[in-house]
Amino acid sequence: MSTYYNPADLAKFGNITEWQAEAGRKFFDYYGEVFKEGALTEREKSLIALAVAHAVQCPYCIDAYTSDSLQKGADEAQMMEAVHVAAAIKGGAVLVHGVQMMNKAKELSM
Amino acid sequence: MIKSLKATGNQLADPAFQLTVLRSEQAEGAHLPSFHEKMRAAGLFPLRPTEATVLQINVGKMCNQVCRHCHVDAGPDRKEIMTRETMQLCLDALAQTTIPTVDLTGGAPEMNPDFRWFVEQLHALGRHIIVRCNLTIIVANKKYHDLPEFFRAHGVEVVSSLPFYNAKTTDRQRGDGVFDDSIKALKMLNAVGYGIEGSGLRLNLVYNPNGAFLPGSQKGLQDQFKRALSKDFGIVFNELYAITNIPVSRYLDFLLESGNYAGYMDKLVTAFNPAAAAGVMCRSTISVSWDGYLYDCDFNQMLDLKVASAVQHIRDFSASTLAERAVVVNQHCYGCTAGSGSSCGGATA
Repeated sequence: MSTYYNPADLAKFGNITEWQAEAGRKFFDYYGEVFKEGALTEREKSLIALAVAHAVQCPYCIDAYTSDSLQKGADEAQMMEAVHVAAAIKGGAVLVHGVQMMNKAKELSM
Repeated sequence: MIKSLKATGNQLADPAFQLTVLRSEQAEGAHLPSFHEKMRAAGLFPLRPTEATVLQINVGKMCNQVCRHCHVDAGPDRKEIMTRETMQLCLDALAQTTIPTVDLTGGAPEMNPDFRWFVEQLHALGRHIIVRCNLTIIVANKKYHDLPEFFRAHGVEVVSSLPFYNAKTTDRQRGDGVFDDSIKALKMLNAVGYGIEGSGLRLNLVYNPNGAFLPGSQKGLQDQFKRALSKDFGIVFNELYAITNIPVSRYLDFLLESGNYAGYMDKLVTAFNPAAAAGVMCRSTISVSWDGYLYDCDFNQMLDLKVASAVQHIRDFSASTLAERAVVVNQHCYGCTAGSGSSCGGATA
């Protein structure tokens, strides 16, 4: 294999049950349950998944939920806004630690 | 405006070449099971028709639009148009059957010079008439501006493609300015009562994916369309039909040119649903081409796969003989059997 990530591996996700059937099956049952229409629509859930996929920087998930968001009828602006939400939270998570840095700097400084 | 595959001399304008491509997936690196075998395993081969409830008539390939996914390869440069003589043969055939619904398609059916005469005759026969109206034809020329009123007067059910509720996505598939013109036409249809609750005038929209992916839940998409069209434009409609793009003609060209062919076919095969396969519309439809030949559906028509029956032309129409046929299927049929299924009336499962 020439790269760490192979797009064809996404279709093999289900194979993880081969080495641990019960936990794998429970995960996929749970996964299916989570994405069913509930208090949130399937499209809203797909857009959340798309945002999280970017935050965890998972190429498989980005492929899967780009396709899924389109399939659920999301438009390009909605998809990019979802990515911005992920970016804002990730950026915010870095910057809010600036307060900790300021606290520590103040503690150490005369 | 882009040109038709036929006008540009594209090999895919030839139905035989399209079938060669569809039957040689191995060349694309994807190994797909044959549709015949898949149907056999589901207990659905040979596929037998049920009672014919729809006569779908393609009155010509001429269209004012050139959509990127069009399976008819329609456009202003297509001159194949049904004559009044062939329309009369359709009327004669209908008169000897109880087929309740006539579904008129094209091209833009309204561009056929005998379209209004044909609708009047069908109305006089007492059949339910569906017109697959591309919307923009209504505003394309002054002579078409009264179409909403004409439809209303003849109890026509209007079924119109609108692949998305915004201009960017719609225009990319159907051409520049199509969304704005479609919105104007929808407002004109609403103004005479189409889509208005209690009017009895049905206005249904058709969604199809803008690329190499399957449609999502029809109900979910309908909710989004209703919300967006009502909020942004004050437009109402009855139902949204979610239709899968079938790998035929210009959509097949898009798949091959964009490198999506193998992946898309794989998606269709993976999503094969026996329940959807049992409900395919070709079992209850007879499709007539502009020159009067008979097919199991409009896609088979474009692939020149005529009905497997002694009766092959509308002039020889016999409901009982046609009822004995097996529906002609091929690799493109995976499009109608994937997921929730697909038909001219949307999901089937």
